[in-house]
Amino acid sequence: MIIALTVLLTVTGFFFFFATTIGLIRFPDFYSRMHAAGKGDTLSSLLMLLGLAIYSLHHFSFGNFLVSLKIIFIMVFIFLASPTATHAIIDAGFESGVKPWTKEEERAEE
Amino acid sequence: MHFIYMFLIMFGFWIVLSGKFDAFHITLGVISCLIVSFLSLDLFFHETKKKGRIAEVVRFLSYIPWLVKEIVLATIHVAFIALRPNVKDNIDPKVIMFKTRLKKDLSKVTFANSITLTPGTITIKVSDDEFYVHALTKKTAEGLPGEMEERVGKVFKEFGE
Repeated sequence: MIIALTVLLTVTGFFFFFATTIGLIRFPDFYSRMHAAGKGDTLSSLLMLLGLAIYSLHHFSFGNFLVSLKIIFIMVFIFLASPTATHAIIDAGFESGVKPWTKEEERAEE
Repeated sequence: MHFIYMFLIMFGFWIVLSGKFDAFHITLGVISCLIVSFLSLDLFFHETKKKGRIAEVVRFLSYIPWLVKEIVLATIHVAFIALRPNVKDNIDPKVIMFKTRLKKDLSKVTFANSITLTPGTITIKVSDDEFYVHALTKKTAEGLPGEMEERVGKVFKEFGE
């Protein structure tokens, strides 16, 4: 049961990692790429870490419980640090004058 | 008093991270926690005595499930945009600006980070009460500021009792 849950969470995490990596390649400009790079990662790494935290409770002991607790601390850290890092990168781009890609601009070029 | 709180938090972390309970490791832990809490005491506990802190934490924790739900829905949205053919037809990026009604720094930070966490929107800049947000599609742009601001405001009691 626990194994099934772990597999489900990890595979879902993999799927989102895969989708956002494809997004990272296919999106047209710096800003929209940050959407794929910065945030699909948050959900997918949270899912995978949750899966691992549950897996380490498979054979319950105090040591394994501490391992799960440490993984949950990592999750909290990612939850706080990931949006902050994304914001820092995109703010640096905005400050140095990178122009966002828009649909109107593309039509004007044609 | 703050020193004792700080020491207890630090020591809790030590216990969790070391997982060993013999005299040697506990003594090491006590010594290093004392030194660290002495050195970094003035970095924590900026505000002196404030009532309702615990209630605020509880309200914040009850905000997180809603945020996670939003994150999941929005990630699925962006993932399908990325996987569908003709990416450029499906997205319509815009930088939008709006004014927020939130006043406190902490609630602005929470709001900005929540915007960035939900895929499809990234906070570019916050100056005073103006938020600059890059939105990936029309659908994600329409959702701002909206319900999220309302909920963050409730967590930090921004709009009166």
